[in-house]
Amino acid sequence: MHMKLTLKIWRQEDKDSKGKFESYEVKINEHMSFLEMLDVLNQELIELKKDPVAFEHDCREGICGACGLVINGRPHGPLQGTTTCQLHMRHFKDGQTVWIEPYRAKAFPVIKDLVVDRSSFDRIVQAGGFISVGTGQAPDGNTIPIESDVVEKSMDAAACIGCGSCVAACPNGAAMLFTAAKVSHLGLLPQGKIEHHGRVATMVRQMDKEGFGNCSNIYACEAECPKEISVDTIAYLNRSYFGSTFMSDLSP
Amino acid sequence: MYLDANIPEGPLEEKWINYRSKMNLVAPNNKRRINIIVVGSGLAGASAAATLGELGYNVKCFTFHDSARRAHSIAAQGGINAAKNYQNDGDSVYRLFYDTIKGGDYRSREANVYRLAEVSTEIIDQCVAQGVPFAREYGGLLANRSFGGVQVSRTFYARGQTGQQLLLGAYQALARQTSLGTVQMYPRHEMLDLVVIDGKARGIIARNLLTGALERHAAHCVVMATGGYGNVYYLSTNAMGCNVTAAWRAVKRGALMANPCYVQIHPTCIPVSGDYQSKLTLMSESLRNDGRVWVPKKKEDVEAIRNGQLKPTQLSEEDRDYFLERRYPAFGNLVPRDVASRASKAMCDEGHGVNISGLAVYLDFADAIKRYGQSEAGSRGISSPDEDTIMRLGEGVIEKRYGNLFEMYEKITGEDPYKTPMKIYPAIHYTMGGLWVDYNLETNIPGLFALGECNFSDHGANRLGASALMQGLADGYFIIPYTIGQFLSGEIRTPAIDPDLSEFKEAERDTRTRLERLMNVNGSQSVESFHRRLGLTMWDFCGMSRSAEGLTNAKEVVRSLRDEFWNDVYVPGKSDQFNPELEKAARVADFMELGEMMIEDAKHREESCGGHFREEYQTGEGEALRNDDDFAYVAAWQWLDGKDSILHKEALHFDNVELKTRSYK
Repeated sequence: MHMKLTLKIWRQEDKDSKGKFESYEVKINEHMSFLEMLDVLNQELIELKKDPVAFEHDCREGICGACGLVINGRPHGPLQGTTTCQLHMRHFKDGQTVWIEPYRAKAFPVIKDLVVDRSSFDRIVQAGGFISVGTGQAPDGNTIPIESDVVEKSMDAAACIGCGSCVAACPNGAAMLFTAAKVSHLGLLPQGKIEHHGRVATMVRQMDKEGFGNCSNIYACEAECPKEISVDTIAYLNRSYFGSTFMSDLSP
Repeated sequence: MYLDANIPEGPLEEKWINYRSKMNLVAPNNKRRINIIVVGSGLAGASAAATLGELGYNVKCFTFHDSARRAHSIAAQGGINAAKNYQNDGDSVYRLFYDTIKGGDYRSREANVYRLAEVSTEIIDQCVAQGVPFAREYGGLLANRSFGGVQVSRTFYARGQTGQQLLLGAYQALARQTSLGTVQMYPRHEMLDLVVIDGKARGIIARNLLTGALERHAAHCVVMATGGYGNVYYLSTNAMGCNVTAAWRAVKRGALMANPCYVQIHPTCIPVSGDYQSKLTLMSESLRNDGRVWVPKKKEDVEAIRNGQLKPTQLSEEDRDYFLERRYPAFGNLVPRDVASRASKAMCDEGHGVNISGLAVYLDFADAIKRYGQSEAGSRGISSPDEDTIMRLGEGVIEKRYGNLFEMYEKITGEDPYKTPMKIYPAIHYTMGGLWVDYNLETNIPGLFALGECNFSDHGANRLGASALMQGLADGYFIIPYTIGQFLSGEIRTPAIDPDLSEFKEAERDTRTRLERLMNVNGSQSVESFHRRLGLTMWDFCGMSRSAEGLTNAKEVVRSLRDEFWNDVYVPGKSDQFNPELEKAARVADFMELGEMMIEDAKHREESCGGHFREEYQTGEGEALRNDDDFAYVAAWQWLDGKDSILHKEALHFDNVELKTRSYK
């Protein structure tokens, strides 16, 4: 089925320019993905020798975490547990107006149009989101058995794709769900226990330094997370953080 | 040019161990003075950069992504092979080696493949220690599953997101080295040229994608881990950004491209649904553990299904053709990828395809759901369960194994694969060809190394499932950290390379000229439209099935398309700013040249092997017909601007396995 949509897209030349919404009409097919719709629009703009809309994308199968748009006010659009690239146009109505914006957060400056800078996430991981094991130091993989339930829980948290929708969804612009997911992924496993408290302290410190807001238990992050990561991870982080404050040399 | 693979002497199983023990080393005090550039931050690049950093070298790591975590390794679903033999089912290093050589249709190097199988076990240990949450059995030990082309269970996995978890492991190791200052990351930087000084690779020209500025980066050597070139076909399972540019720039500076025509076409992808489509999505091979591939036997049923008058679930067993089980009873649905892809294509060519375009077959889980449902009911003590209970329990088991894949399928197609069979069709997935490297993973340009999918070394003419992750991490964690010393031990007296040397300035000037030329064409057609046309030609004539006539024709088409591109492409914006269209234009320009070389390679190889199927060379039953007398060699091509590429051969020697016709019957 063919559809006609009105798109209101945020256009912004660069970090320092003032942005504004521009209006576009597109004729599309309901089987297209959301990003394919933007491809169609961009081809039309290029044919008219106009500036195409910049948006970030890569794998287009919901795993790289590069894409991420705020669609009608919701990060990654209206569907639960779905990234922007996995959203198909059959979920929209013919004649509908669709508002498309970048992720907005102090710690995610706009690069151009819908593309934002999420390098703050990398710096949070660099602050301690790892297990300190050099190549070649590992014992046999079966040396430490791990309960399958524990691995599953760790995996639930490890499924984070680092897209930043939790930050975009949060009225405070907090990166708690992202940070808590990494802390939980590693902290739940026996291999990650040794550095756990130090990791929590240094990652949280970096998170604050990057200008992310505080968590006030609104849970919009969980609602919008395309990988449906639970706010239980935040509770886990908070408990661990509290614990880490008692360790004098690591206190934040 | 004589191509010396530098394979160590001695028996196969002792080559690597002995070589490793006698290799030249670089002392820690010298490592601190040596600079290494790693291009790419996927499994191979991130693991190499992290490990080289741990060893004490100064590493600069470049990626065109905004973060190392976005590299396309992240999308690998099914798993990673290792010869652990945890299942006690007869696996061994030799068997993994043998399966890989056979799976590659006897077109890879014995010594490289044996080493890969050898280090596979260490990879699993390393990843577990890093916190990769591999699936576990109830007893807490590591779980395995089966993949195509083998009869043991040696694949380790983390749900359907194994690549993601392994990449995050490597990314975190890289993050740790970044925080320690041994690795400096350059995200949003794309390599646009290689700098060669006195015959050695000494640096790169990189474009800062945010500002458009060209930067000169110098080092004692350059390691490329830039992935494969499947996007030459436009539609593939690769990410949109995957490209050949870095590797191709090396080729333009004299590196050889080996076996470029060996590409892997994955049998289980979601079929093309329209001409607006930007990419194809893979459904993991692991699904063939439980899914059965079939098409309707009768043409009238095919018609009725295409018209929507008949549902596949209504078709009785005797009206279905489970063609993989029929043709290959020993391996059934788990034949290797090339074999499964060709069989599906043959059924569709005969008119049995089940969607409107006629290019789809079914992958059906109904039997597995029933089987698992019954056994689950049994284990829960439910006696004589009704059909609904069985289906519900069975769907639960399937969901646990493949839930995310089923969900992905439903999101894209709008159909529920628990209730109706998936529709699948083959698509371009991986490229076995790549930069020619010797046993040290060094190209013919001294000091230039290539790892992972970027090189050609381990998979021959067809890669087995779950082996790409294995190779990427083997190269990065366990091979390059040793073999790079063979080169660098001769460089300890070389002072830091000066990025103001004339070679750097010239390379920068060449790059600037090329980009300005692209900007200045100011024609009327978009980059995308050229890419699409190139892809269609490559798919039609250099895809699943190839012929001398088609390839001859395709070469002309690609050449004239290239001329048209340079005369009529339109690139918006400017070169000194963030400009994704310019990035794409430079990549498509390189694909246009690579495409010609692939066609040349496919045309010269007058045999069928692995993913390379020449219509003229097949058995009466339509199986690939190899010609070991004339073609048991690596075809390494040298590019010459404006002329035909020159072929250099590296003979393949098989001292440990017997060359046989590959049979999965």
